[in-house]
This record gives sequence, C-alpha cells and structure tokens, in this order.
Amino acid sequence: MPTDAPLLVVENLCVSFRTEGGVVPAVSGVSFSIERREIVGVVGESGSGKSQTLLAILGLISSPNAVVTGSVRFLGQELLGLKRRALDAIRGRQIAMIFQDPMTALTPVHTIGDQIVEQIRAHESVSRSAARKRSVELLDAVGLPSPESAVDRYPHQLSGGMRQRAVIAMALSCNPALLIADEPTTALDVTVQAQILELIGRLRDTFGSAVILVTHDLGVVAEVADRVLVMYAGRVVEEGGKGQLFREPLHPYAWGLFGSIPPMHGPRPARLTAIPGSPPKLSQMPQGCAFGPRCTFRHEACAAQPSLGGAGGHRSACFLPRDSRQDLRRTLTGRIPA
Amino acid sequence: MTEPRPQPLVRTSDLSKRYRVGRSPFPAQRRIVHAVEQVSLDIFPGETLGIVGESGCGKSTLGRCLVRLTEITSGVLEFEGRDITSASQRQLRPLRRQMQMVFQDPAASLNPRRRVGDLLADPFRVHEKLSRSEMMDRVEELLVRVELLPEHAQRFPHEFSGGQRQRIGIARALALKPRLIVADEPVSALDVSIQAQIINLLCDLRDEFSLTYVFIAHDLSVVRQFSSRVAVMYMGSIVETGPVDAVFSAPRHHYTAALRSAVPVPDVDNRPGQRIVLKGDPPSPFDPPSGCRFHTRCGAATSVCRNQRPVLSLVDKAHFVACHHPRAA
Repeated sequence: MPTDAPLLVVENLCVSFRTEGGVVPAVSGVSFSIERREIVGVVGESGSGKSQTLLAILGLISSPNAVVTGSVRFLGQELLGLKRRALDAIRGRQIAMIFQDPMTALTPVHTIGDQIVEQIRAHESVSRSAARKRSVELLDAVGLPSPESAVDRYPHQLSGGMRQRAVIAMALSCNPALLIADEPTTALDVTVQAQILELIGRLRDTFGSAVILVTHDLGVVAEVADRVLVMYAGRVVEEGGKGQLFREPLHPYAWGLFGSIPPMHGPRPARLTAIPGSPPKLSQMPQGCAFGPRCTFRHEACAAQPSLGGAGGHRSACFLPRDSRQDLRRTLTGRIPA
Repeated sequence: MTEPRPQPLVRTSDLSKRYRVGRSPFPAQRRIVHAVEQVSLDIFPGETLGIVGESGCGKSTLGRCLVRLTEITSGVLEFEGRDITSASQRQLRPLRRQMQMVFQDPAASLNPRRRVGDLLADPFRVHEKLSRSEMMDRVEELLVRVELLPEHAQRFPHEFSGGQRQRIGIARALALKPRLIVADEPVSALDVSIQAQIINLLCDLRDEFSLTYVFIAHDLSVVRQFSSRVAVMYMGSIVETGPVDAVFSAPRHHYTAALRSAVPVPDVDNRPGQRIVLKGDPPSPFDPPSGCRFHTRCGAATSVCRNQRPVLSLVDKAHFVACHHPRAA
C-alpha cells in the first residue's frame, strides 16, 4: 500500500430514497478525497445532504428504501456493498464517528469506563484490566477532569461537554485513521465548544487521525479545518483550501452564507445580505442549478446542471466567469471583502 | 445616574425567580434553584436590549418574568411606571397587548390543528371587537408585513418551513402593535441564511413600529448585530451590561471576555487575539459557588472573590460590571 495514496476516496456518491411521492435524491454525485492527517470541514444547511453523505460512507443507511450508489474507497478498499462483518472490522476501529448528541452514542445503563472497555475489547484482544487502564488514559487525553473517578461514572452524571469528551475518548480508543464528526459541538455552549474544538485540532498531532467535521457553522470550520467542502441540495458546490474559500469564495451560495453571518468585529452592517427564499425541497428539485431560484446572478446557462470545476484545488459548481466572480460578489454585499 | 433620562418602559429592581425542584415531603430533599437573582434593569423605549449567556444562566427565565409569563419570587417589576409584580391575570390583560413574546421554536408555539389565519385572528378576538371581514383584513395585512402571502392564512403550520413559521410567530406578536417584544432565541433554530432574513425583518419592524425589544440569544454575533445595549448573564445574575460596542470590543468582566473570545469567527485573516479557554463547566445551579459565582473558573480570582459577592458598578459611560478586579479598558 503506497502511503501517499489518499486515505478516503469518495466517487460519484448518490443516495436516494424511494417514497410515496417518487424517488427523492438526498445526495447527488458527491466526490471528494481525504488525505492522511487532514481535517476537512463539510458545511451546509439542513437538508444539504451532509449527514447522509457521512452515513453512506459508513454504511449506516439502513432504510430498505434507500439506494446508495457510487464508490467509497478507504485505504484502497471499497466500502460500499461490503458485508456487515467486514464493515465491523473497519468501523469503530479504523473509522470512528461522533454525533451531535453524545447521548445517542452512550448507553445510560453502563458506566463510561465499561463502554470504552467494551469498545476496545471488541476490536483488540486485551485483558479487561489493560483495557480499563487505557480507558483512564484516554479520558485523561481528552481532558476529562479526574479521569480515575470519571471512568466509573454514568453518562447522566456528566455534563454535556464532558459526555462529548467521553464519546471522543471512545472514538479514539482504537487509534482510528479517520474520525468522522457530525456537528460535534452544536449542542454545546460556546465556552465548552472552544474546548472541544481545541481537542479536535489536537487529535491530529496526538493520534495522527484525519477528521471529517460536518457543521453548519463557518466559524467552526475557520477554527479547525484545512480544507472545506460546501454542500447545497445534495451536491458539493464549492471545494477549496480554507484560506482560498474564506478569502475568495467562488460560489454565490457561499457568498450568501458569509453575508448572512453578522460580523463579530468592525462596523455593523445596516442589513445582513441574506439569501432570499429557502433551500429547495428534495422532492421538488429545480431544473439545472439547484441554487438558481435563490441566486441573484442566475442567467440562461443555469438551466443546466453545473459541474464542479476549477484549478489549484479550488473548485466550484457555477457558470459565472471565474475572473469576474469577486467583482460580482462585491456588488452583492456592498462591502469589500477583506 | 443623576442625569435626567426618559422614563423606562420596563424597570426591574432586585428581581428574583426561584424554582423549587422536587416534591419530596422531606424539606431536606427539596432543592431550590435561583434561576434569576436580584436583577435590576431599566429598558428604555426604542432600545434593543440583548441578553446573552450560556444555557442555564437564567436568560430565558428573566425574559419570561419581564412579560409576567411566570410568577416573580421577589423584587419589583414595573411597566410604564406601574408596578405589575403581583398584578392578577385580569389586571394584566389590558397590558398584554403592550407586551408580546416570540419563542425559539415556532412549531411548538403554533397550534398544529388550527389554520394560520385563525391563529393570527386570536389577538383580535381577545382584545378588539372587529367584524369577521375586518379581522381577516388585519390578518392578511399582518401576513404581508412579515413577507408571507395573504393566501397563507388558509394553511396549517406544518405546511410552512421553519423560517416561515417564525414569521408567523412574529406576525402574531405584532398583531396588536405592542410596545415591547421579548424574543427568546428567535433565530437559533434556523439555518444561517434564514437567520439573516429574520434578523433583517425584526430590524425593519423595529423602525416601522418603534418597538422596544428584549432579544435573548446565546449567539453573540447575532446579538451584536441586532442590539443597542447588551446584558451578560452568568448563573442567574447580570455580570456586565453596557452599549453593545463597548461590551464586545472592550469587555470588563472576565466572563464576558472569555465568552467573546470563544466565538468561532468565520475569517482566516482577522483572527481574534489569544483565546481565553475557560476551564470546566458552569457549576451546578443547586450548589452555586460562594462570593462571585464566576470565581471557580476565573483566572483573576482572589480571596475577596471567594468571599464577597461583587455588585454591578459603573466603569464607563452606561457600562456596568460586577467584578472585584475588572479588566483594564
């Protein structure tokens, strides 16, 4: 296995659901790759398909009405269509996942320590006492205060931030090469969120993990990610390095997102540049570019579906001429981007 | 303050709200939570007061006290100079048209079995004698004002998106042209792009109807955008209050500074300075720390902070802070 090959390659991933009203696409042709030790932020609003993309990567979409196509290769191995048993050897061991609500990952009837021990022993043949010792170390590593006593506590005895740390400790128990985090800080207060983000940033250095961080908060992405994917209506509409995407976003949807966030310093704008309308219903997807109906710069070309293109690792799915994008963006916000 | 100021629309003096938790017959097992402790606030006509703080700090309870949606345990609440601390529901009724509330979850605050037009007509039924057609005219007017369509009156709440439902919640609060609107996390359940639409709408309505807002939110950037003055709460008390720019650009309380620096900023070039990462979580409200409630997490705490509770005192123009060792301006 060449070590410079990407850790995860997702190609043309599609997820759709058969419903009474016909087939509803949730994810359409998503392709991206993750390098080792890379932190990638996936940004999008509700219904943009970001969570479904993750669930599909992990083979966690269990609905009999779901149709998942495309390819997900982890260290060269195809994950889609893999048998449950083969998947179990990878999930939790090489790929770990944490969710928005830590209580979904913890059972209320066992102590934190027992749950981490179970996780370790499911993947490695170590003694119970060795696994317990490792649990304490892990809880210490994720910054849980007094880990020797925390290990014997039940989830309800911990605060939200401590539970999320315990879940991260569990996820790290087998040194995963890839950690997938779905809105890990959304349910937490900002001061606790800051602690968790610092922890996620440190994971790469301490554990060498790559991280996919799904969030609706561009601030969180600016904080920890190296690279960013922006999703809208089931597609990736922009992809780029963090610096590229935050300094010169290329897609009008990204412009709208940035304009929608009130600034924390500098003058306050009289009005926010909100995006008009709301995201399309998945069952009533517009023809061509899905963002077209909300886009100020919609023109004839937008009747077709734009594909993700561009140079220098910064790509976007938009028909506007690339040279004039930043000028167009200025006309939209009335502010000169920094 | 000695300079003459207009009469406040709302004034609270040492307002407190305590909840008893648990119904045990044994007094030792009954626990008391001080959700709001001795809050004294003046809210002036036309201003927007933002209340920020983390979950459990008492900001929502304070908001509900301000419109008497919950009983006040002690202290005084005045509305337009009248003491309404213990006014009966009957006495409050004429005041209800002056003070309204917008809630976080519009889905939970709209009856799913009634049409939107019917829901919006309720305030008129209670407070005004109108013919049916007059009522429907007013409802349609309201819908248009919050940028919905007149025909939406015939639909049920579930037929709307989250942002549209919040518009309906706002329309209902606006129906009787109140003077005060208390908005409790009105945008935090919405996607960013929709959030911005609702904030813009609330701003337009403020100018058009000369509204006074109390805007409760945990998102500092939203509060900064929308408020003229801000009060920061920690464990039931206000720890800092002042003009929004002063409080956010030069916070004097260590908690405000930590809160301010914890906000992730969507900007890669203008990174805020050194982040102050607080240790641990807020203490349990059942067992609040002695002295300054914040001393357990504060880097500047000394023995006086552990023993003596600081009071809000003036540090700058209209800028108050409750701290024994306030940060330098």
